[in-house]
Order: sequence, then C-alpha cells, then structure tokens
Amino acid sequence: MRFIAVVKEDCPTCRLAVPALAEMRSAGLALDVVTQDNPAFPDGLAPRHDADLLESHRLGVEIVPTVVAYDDTGTETARIYGWNTAEWRALSGLSGLGDGLPENMPGCGALNVMPGVAERLALAAGDLKLASREIAVAEEADPHEVAYDRGWTDGLPVIPPTDLRIARMLAGTSRKPDEVVGLVPPNLSPLTVEKAAINAVMAGCRPEYMPLLLGAIEAALEPEFAMHGLLCTLAFSGPLIIANGPVTRRIGMNSGGNALGQGNRANATIGRAFQLIIRNVGGGRPQEIDRAILGQPGKYTFCFAEDESDPAWQPLAQSRGVPAGKSGVTMFHADGVTGFVDQQSRTPEELCRSLSMQLWSVNHPRLARWANAVLVLSPNHYDIFKAAGWGRAEVEAGLIQALKRPVETKLRGYDGHPLGITPEQAEMYADENGMIDKFHPGGLYVVRAGGPGGLMSAVIGGWTGGRNNAEVRPVTRALQEE
Amino acid sequence: MASYTMRDPTAETSAVLRERRPPPAVLAGKRVALLSISKERSDEFMDALEPLIRAAGVETIRFKKPTHTKPAPEAILQGIVEQADLVVEALAD
Repeated sequence: MRFIAVVKEDCPTCRLAVPALAEMRSAGLALDVVTQDNPAFPDGLAPRHDADLLESHRLGVEIVPTVVAYDDTGTETARIYGWNTAEWRALSGLSGLGDGLPENMPGCGALNVMPGVAERLALAAGDLKLASREIAVAEEADPHEVAYDRGWTDGLPVIPPTDLRIARMLAGTSRKPDEVVGLVPPNLSPLTVEKAAINAVMAGCRPEYMPLLLGAIEAALEPEFAMHGLLCTLAFSGPLIIANGPVTRRIGMNSGGNALGQGNRANATIGRAFQLIIRNVGGGRPQEIDRAILGQPGKYTFCFAEDESDPAWQPLAQSRGVPAGKSGVTMFHADGVTGFVDQQSRTPEELCRSLSMQLWSVNHPRLARWANAVLVLSPNHYDIFKAAGWGRAEVEAGLIQALKRPVETKLRGYDGHPLGITPEQAEMYADENGMIDKFHPGGLYVVRAGGPGGLMSAVIGGWTGGRNNAEVRPVTRALQEE
Repeated sequence: MASYTMRDPTAETSAVLRERRPPPAVLAGKRVALLSISKERSDEFMDALEPLIRAAGVETIRFKKPTHTKPAPEAILQGIVEQADLVVEALAD
C-alpha cells in the first residue's frame, strides 16, 4: 500500500490535516506529500513541489487535501478529499488518526483546476491535441500583422489564436474538437469544432458563446438557407443571427437599447465569428467569390437577441418550432436596417397600415414576393399592440392584411414606370379580390427588441434571393447544447 | 524556432508559406517601375534596361531610394503601388 497526499498551504483544511499526515509518516506508511504552492509546506514532511501542477492534473485532483491510496501493483484503490476523521482512519488503517481534530472540514479548490489553469495543463499533459497547423511568428513580427498578412481578418484586428486561447474556447462546448459541424461554402471545407473555436478566439468571443455560435452555423448550413448563394450574391445581404431563449440572458446578449448597434460583446463577436468562419474556412472573401456590389456594415457582424421580458409575447424561435424554455437561433438573409419613425399612430390598425408603407419599400416598393423581411418592434410601438390585446398572431395577421395592395398597382408599366411584377406573377399571386401580398407566406418575421423612449422600430430587408422561396428560406433551430 | 505560435484558422488549402503573386501573362499595357536602390551602378543598370523595356512597347517609370542602407520610404512604396503594375528592383554594384 502506498499513499499520495496533495495539499496547499493556502488551504486551512490542509493545514489542519498536517498532524494526521505526520502521524501516517511516523506510523511507517509509504506516504508522498505533494504541495501545490509553498515548496516547504508542510514543514518536516519533505514535500514534493508540484510547481507546474502537472502531477496534480494527472492525478485528477480537484479538491485539496486529496489522499489517494494505491495497492502494490500501483492501482488506485481509494481516494478521499477534505478532512473527515472516519474516512482518513479507514483509508490509512490507523484507528487513532487525527485524534482531537474536528470530525469534518471541507477541502479547498485545487490550484490545477483554477480558472484558466486546467486548459493550460490539458495542453501540457497532451490531453488536448490541436490538429490545426501551427503558424510560427518570428520574434520581431507582430502577431496582429501576421494575421492581416495572411488574410485572416475582416479588416479589423483579431485576437491571435494561440493554443491556450483555443483550449479555453473549446472548454465552452462539450463537443469534441475534431467533430465536423458541417461543410462551409463556398469551398465546402469541413468545419471542425476546433476551427470554429479558432475563429471564435479571433473574433473576441468568450467560451460560453460557443453553443450559440455552433447552433448558428448549423442552422446556416441547412440547405434551405442557401449560405453559398448568400455569401456570393451581388446584393447587400449577409447573415443575421437572431437569438432566443435562456442562452441569451446567460451570456449577456443585448436585446434592449441599441440592440442592433455596437457595444455588446456577445452580439458583436458571435456575428463576427460566424463571418470569419465563412471567410477563413469557407473561403468566402469580398471581391473574390463574394460579389457584393456594395455590401453593408452588417456583414462585419449582425447578431442580436429578442426581448423576451413580456411573457404575453411569443418569442420568434418558439413561433418557429423551438420548444418553450429552450434556446434557439434564427438565421436570416439580411440587408441593412431601415429606421421606421411613426409617432402619430395610436391604434394597432393605424400602426399596421403605417408599417406596411415602410415594409413595401424592401428591395423596391414595386417588387412583390421578392424578399423576406424582419420587423423589429420597439417597446413603445409594441405597447400600442399590447394595449389592444394583440399578441404575435394578431400582429402578424394585422400586418399581412395591411400589406395587401391592388395587384395592378404593382405591374410593370403601371403609372408609367417600367419596374414591377410580370403579368404572369400577377396572375399567380393575386387573391380573389385582386390583391397582392408583399411577402411570400411566412416571409415576415416579427421580433421585439430595443429600448424605451421613442416610437421607432426597424425594418431589416431581406435578400432578393428570397423571391425563390421554395429554395431559399430563413432557418430556425434549437441549440444542441443548452 | 519562433517562441510565439498561432493556429491556422483556415481550411489549410494553401501552403504555409505564402505564394508569390503570379507574373502577368502579358506585359502589353502595363507600366513597369524601375526602382534604383541607390547603390553604386544601380542607375547604370537601369539606364541599360529601360530602353530594352520601352522597345518592347512597355511604359516605364523611374523611382529611387534615398539610400541603399535603409528600407524604401513609405512614399516611394506607395508611389510604385499607385503608378506601376510591376517593379524591377536593381541591386547592382
């Protein structure tokens, strides 16, 4: 029988247990004492200093003191942690061990599992092996400049993806580093969890953002999202991530004031990490296969959370099949944000008619069934609906009704203007009253976000590719990891 | 061995060492910058080279570093980027 005890001087329970360790030694037991902090602690027991904490890591120590017992073949037979008189006596076989000590005292956290240390040790011990190739940075070179030179950035600086940062990012997901999340267009390159983590590091993500980032990627790689077409389009559009559920509150996403703007780390970096993955893993770069005529600033990052503070309002993800209480992500093909300012409408019907005017301008006021759209309702506009007892179903139905227009007013050539829908499209889309909708069925996504103080909302126009609604649709998915 | 390493965020379809840009398929219509590094006889080399290039119907434009002992000033590099498609840098001696 042999014993190893792992202690640290900083721990009161370890200091309490020192006389017991001394008793075990003097009783002739084969006891190694391993100290995590002070090399001389405990005095007189000839401790072995675990300076790099690798021994503690390999032993799987989480609490100090930990005492591990081994049989003569070196196989672990028992393990105790903290101080408990009965347990220590049973392990050591010394019936009078620790006489006079309190019966029980919980241990302390071991240094090798302190935040940020465990990942370093996993790398040092070889438990975590990164597969991505190493890029050496010369002594005199600046890693930030190397990242630019290699074409890894979106134009803004990135956090250099070192092994330790990647290991810490991977700690944010239970998924294995070599798991393939999907094939990223345009090159259809396999995206491993490790590659996602590298790009998340560069974007500035925290590890706890990983489940949402991976969920967004999985949703975007569904065939109906047509990520390839979205990234190489001539149009303005880029991916918009709308997040719902507990994860948004857990990671501190912004659904309130300036939700569509700058300033929140999760909103900013999750959207950015997504786009870096498209760029770096997929190979989708501007002026190469990204053929955007103008693009839009949301192509750096476009991600926000829905305001779920009012239980009367059904969140977007739940309206699209994600179970209540679960986190979900909706991927939308987004052009930029258009402000909607209406400080006069006071009834739901007035507000719907007013919104319909703005919504018809998506892509062009004469184009029908040409794109989808997101309407971001601010709290003060939402209050008008809520006061009238309107929830999601009523708002969506009211908007659809208000968006109907006489089909002839959208035809090519109407009012002397060449742009519009074709007679064939008019025939296909007009209802029995000769009216046409702006959007395909289900093509308008209403979400709540923003701060109070103004009767303003936002329209996020959709990609022209949305006209082929059989092939191109926004996608909502529940997150694989909560 | 460098003390600082990063991991490649890409699909690793290109070589670790960055490739040079490929040379143009044709010179016609291009403008070639002739950059003297101001070392002894750099200009002499350029003076011999320039008529050969021009005889092929290719435009040239001359640049000169203030001294061969230091890297070219940013203004010269930007001038070459703005005004030329290719560059010949003459060492000479």
